[in-house]
Amino acid sequence: MRTYLASLAATVAILSVSVALAQREKPPAYKYHKDALVYAELAKAPQKARAKRNPLERDPDAVAAGRNLFEQHCTECHGDLAEGGRKGPSLMVEQVQTAEPGAIFWILTNGVVWRGMPVWSKLPEPQRWQLVSYIKSLGVAATDPGAVPPPKSPSNSATDLPSVPR
Amino acid sequence: MPIPSFRPFFVLLSFSLLGLFLPGHAHAQENPYIVAYDHYLEEPGNLEIEYFSTFGTQRAGNDFHAFWMEFEYGATAWWTTEFYVEGQTTFGDSTLFTGFRFENRFRVLKREHFINPVLYVEYEYKSGADKILKEGEGHDVESDFLTPNAEARKEHINEIELKLLLSSTLKGWNFVENTLAAKNLSNSPWEFGYALGASRPLALKASSKRCSFCRQNFIAGAEMYGGLGDRHSFGLRETSHYFAPVVAWNLPSDWTLRLSAGFGLNDNSHRFLLRWGVSREIPGFGSMVSRMFEGHR
Repeated sequence: MRTYLASLAATVAILSVSVALAQREKPPAYKYHKDALVYAELAKAPQKARAKRNPLERDPDAVAAGRNLFEQHCTECHGDLAEGGRKGPSLMVEQVQTAEPGAIFWILTNGVVWRGMPVWSKLPEPQRWQLVSYIKSLGVAATDPGAVPPPKSPSNSATDLPSVPR
Repeated sequence: MPIPSFRPFFVLLSFSLLGLFLPGHAHAQENPYIVAYDHYLEEPGNLEIEYFSTFGTQRAGNDFHAFWMEFEYGATAWWTTEFYVEGQTTFGDSTLFTGFRFENRFRVLKREHFINPVLYVEYEYKSGADKILKEGEGHDVESDFLTPNAEARKEHINEIELKLLLSSTLKGWNFVENTLAAKNLSNSPWEFGYALGASRPLALKASSKRCSFCRQNFIAGAEMYGGLGDRHSFGLRETSHYFAPVVAWNLPSDWTLRLSAGFGLNDNSHRFLLRWGVSREIPGFGSMVSRMFEGHR
């Protein structure tokens, strides 16, 4: 009985630690830094992936289907209107809206695993393109209320990322 | 020392089933496998509560109904941790709690590749009366289940199980190949097993309307699993094997239903295993727990 309870207690402890680690509150500067790193991933898409054209570009239902998919899979992190949430960055920003559809498709396929975004290759290719159609239809938000400006620092140039505690 | 067949297990089971009805909004896109694993992990911060049943036929003995609950949590985008509690009813015998499992899956590679490996590490503390058949391993055969519950529950098993999960996605199809090595921490040899699977949604494009019966919500496929003997006698001799068509129905209301009809492929296997499962994803569970302990700011 004692072994059983000890094993159960150890299991619950490990589960609790994993929950706490995954969900600890991060300072705003961390969020800004993390978002910037996620946007930077778009630039890492290989040329071949960027060059891919959206095969559903002219499909009149693609945006509506993409919106459904977005509501089902993405709002939890990116917010109901893709304005950015607690976990994921806004998609209504220039970095995303000016990116090639192929680059967005590549990010959906590969995720940004070490920065918290899972891979979405479990959605079949046409569904990922429908999501791309929807994301590209959003445009850039006039103002992004969720945006946190980088902290000003004499040593940081305009393009530098803020330093954050690791 | 037997694993206690105590009432808290059934209390936990009841509360967990209630947990399935918590509000949430995360449409799952689950593959239909019940034994095999693909490389997709739980989304970070989400908790998936799953209930599974296996009804199995038993030659020269009583049929059984084994059941288990899984609590699957996405700790990060590359790490999923899972806790199981399990039990079984042998008809004409008794119902009892048979143990628990603690499982972790780690994604190895940063990006998608043709083959995507995931490492799986599990600790099991179960009794000899365990009948959930969550994997095929070693020389496990149908006749092992003939022991009456009162006797089987006296045996307790501390086991470590390691798996290499390989999974590929190609033109809407998902293919999985899992190999396992399990070691009873008492003086038993390493045992081996495998699971293979393939599945595909019935439609690849999503509908522009939210619908329950759209073809893209159904994923159909098949899985095959069995034992590969142990360190001293590796191979197919005296092992059991199953082939099971599987189907999953991912409802827009965040529920997933799975059904699997497994057929034993040799005389060492149960003739028929009917399995079904229901699961519900609770998005933002981690944040919810975190907020509970935050206090006022």
